[in-house]
Amino acid sequence: MIRVVFLGKLADIAGTDADGFALPDDEINWDGLLALLGPQLAEAVRAETVKLALNGTLLPDKAALIARAGDEIALLPPVSGG
Amino acid sequence: MAMRDVRLLTEPFNPGTLIGPFTQANPGLGGVCTFVGEVRSGEGVEALELSHYEPLTLPGMHALADRAIARFDLMGLLMVHRVGMMRPGEPIVCVSAASRHRRDAIGAVDFTMDHLKSAAWFWKREKRADGWHWIEPRPQDHADRERWGN
Repeated sequence: MIRVVFLGKLADIAGTDADGFALPDDEINWDGLLALLGPQLAEAVRAETVKLALNGTLLPDKAALIARAGDEIALLPPVSGG
Repeated sequence: MAMRDVRLLTEPFNPGTLIGPFTQANPGLGGVCTFVGEVRSGEGVEALELSHYEPLTLPGMHALADRAIARFDLMGLLMVHRVGMMRPGEPIVCVSAASRHRRDAIGAVDFTMDHLKSAAWFWKREKRADGWHWIEPRPQDHADRERWGN
């Protein structure tokens, strides 16, 4: 399983703040994640302004994602600021 | 080495109860500058909800405190931010800086607020009569941050 956390308006689209997904293989890449998320979320998170953190660390390039069982992925739309 | 107090709070807070102890913790200071941001009332906003991502938000606030402390000659920096559901009139943020000379305290608070407003890991939505609306940063928020050169 991997845990995917949805922030901001992505949580509205997902209908939840976080969800667990069973992995089809030992590891998953960006395209694999998009397939797990389904078309509506995949389209939303493809936007250039959406950033990705793997286990609490921001990835410079989300398309370079490689995640394994037990990892947490956070999908981060543009911040609203404090 | 400046002392720091950086916190995320999930419950309402009274800024006054933070400022007194913060000031006393910095004996010999020349000045304290404090900014308190509250949920505006009278614009049809019934509630404001701030969400955050724990692994990024608090470390991001600490990184911002590092930069403020490196940039200004401070004795202490307090940075307290609410998350969760808030009503109009409730404090959202309190930033206070203590320094030997006033410009460092005033500058550090201005710098910290400009960065919190546009670059901190918070997502904000407000509830109006017709439901919830996500808030995007205003162009002015980005312009305010760019004044500092990054």
